[in-house]
Amino acid sequence: MPIISLDPRVTRLEIPEEQGLEPIQPNEYFETYEVFHQAKSGDKHIHVGSVHAPSAEMAFLFAKEQYGRRSKSYNIWIVRSSDITSIMSEDADIFATAPEKTYREAGGYKVREKINAFRKQHGSTQQSS
Amino acid sequence: MYGGGYIYDKSSPAEQHQDDPAKLAEFEAKIDRGEKIEPHDWMPRDYRKQLIRMIEQHAHSEIIGALPEGTWITRAPGFRRKLALMAKVQDEVGHGQLLYNAAETLGKPREEMINDLLSGKSKYSNVFNYPAKTWGDTAVIAWLIDAAAIVNQVTNSKGSYGPYCRALERICQEESFHLKYGHDTVVYLATGTPTQRAMVQEALTRWWPPIMHFFGPPDKVSVHTEKLMRWKVKLASNDDMRQQFLNMYVPKIWELGLTLPDPNLRKNDETGQWEYTEPDWDEFFRVINGEGPCNAERLAVRNAAEENGRWVRRALMKPVGQYTQPLC
Repeated sequence: MPIISLDPRVTRLEIPEEQGLEPIQPNEYFETYEVFHQAKSGDKHIHVGSVHAPSAEMAFLFAKEQYGRRSKSYNIWIVRSSDITSIMSEDADIFATAPEKTYREAGGYKVREKINAFRKQHGSTQQSS
Repeated sequence: MYGGGYIYDKSSPAEQHQDDPAKLAEFEAKIDRGEKIEPHDWMPRDYRKQLIRMIEQHAHSEIIGALPEGTWITRAPGFRRKLALMAKVQDEVGHGQLLYNAAETLGKPREEMINDLLSGKSKYSNVFNYPAKTWGDTAVIAWLIDAAAIVNQVTNSKGSYGPYCRALERICQEESFHLKYGHDTVVYLATGTPTQRAMVQEALTRWWPPIMHFFGPPDKVSVHTEKLMRWKVKLASNDDMRQQFLNMYVPKIWELGLTLPDPNLRKNDETGQWEYTEPDWDEFFRVINGEGPCNAERLAVRNAAEENGRWVRRALMKPVGQYTQPLC
């Protein structure tokens, strides 16, 4: 018995209740692409999610619908997920190097005390002070 | 637009002891500290399994949930309402895409999830097995089903799995438009002509039992979820979320002079809790298991859509394509 619906369009399709559809094959939904969205010029591209598509161009169209249909958008980058290199979380300790890194930071360099001590001892070089 | 009433697996005791105790302790400590779990982190087998199941059900619900409302696009009264309804239905399908991605990061390819939906193996929210008989039904769905979904999704967005939280954050932003649109549509009918008022009242009466079913069976009969609570997969009990929903929306329904088909529904001022007649939970389980008014139609329509689009996908398919999980 075909499906009888409240929606006449569905009824007109005469869909059989059991269709015996052959299952979707692996990879039939294409490759995965990561999407980076830029809201306006001057902004950074920000990772917003991913889409499945048969090509980068199609991925762009899907991404435009999925991530650019409502909010302000200026550009989108599409990158094949398999082209992205990252690490497993258990290897996150590769980022643990020197325990103290103030030598890399502006705040690690404090000279005012030395200057004050020097001036106290030697007086200022400025004539008019 | 979906949430609630998830069907969790009853995991066997054997399975619970397969995990490395040291790693399990580290994992639980991380969750206790409020940190998120990411796809490449170690996680217990059961955590992965239950999350896949839950996120997949959520994704299917978005896709199937678009069907009852989608049928009203061609019959929407007026151009602006047609635009708004199309935008809402497109959002729901987009939410499905976001959620399938989140579930895929846990290792189940999208093709498998869709196959499980099409074959009836996976579940989706029970409410979508009911028909949208009139325009009034679409108004009630857009307002109250989406409102219930927001209660559930805002709760779940504080969960422990990073990709699911990120998807929900985006979803909740879009749902707030649905809620406003739905409220606007209900208010328009409820403040309109006697015919319009009658239409929305009838729809509300029809949808009240499915709405009460929405958050799932009462806590005293639902399966053990303590472990899922500890792992922040489930964050509030079914009854707590139902209470929250009633507290937020029953007053908004009553202020329009609309009535609900439960003479026992009232807020107990002493306990602060809502009292109500338990909905028919036998019906809930009958409908979940395929006996609802629209189960067959929903799956048949989804199968037909899959079949009709197949030649396009086959034409675009590259023989060397390789599946990669989304990154996060």
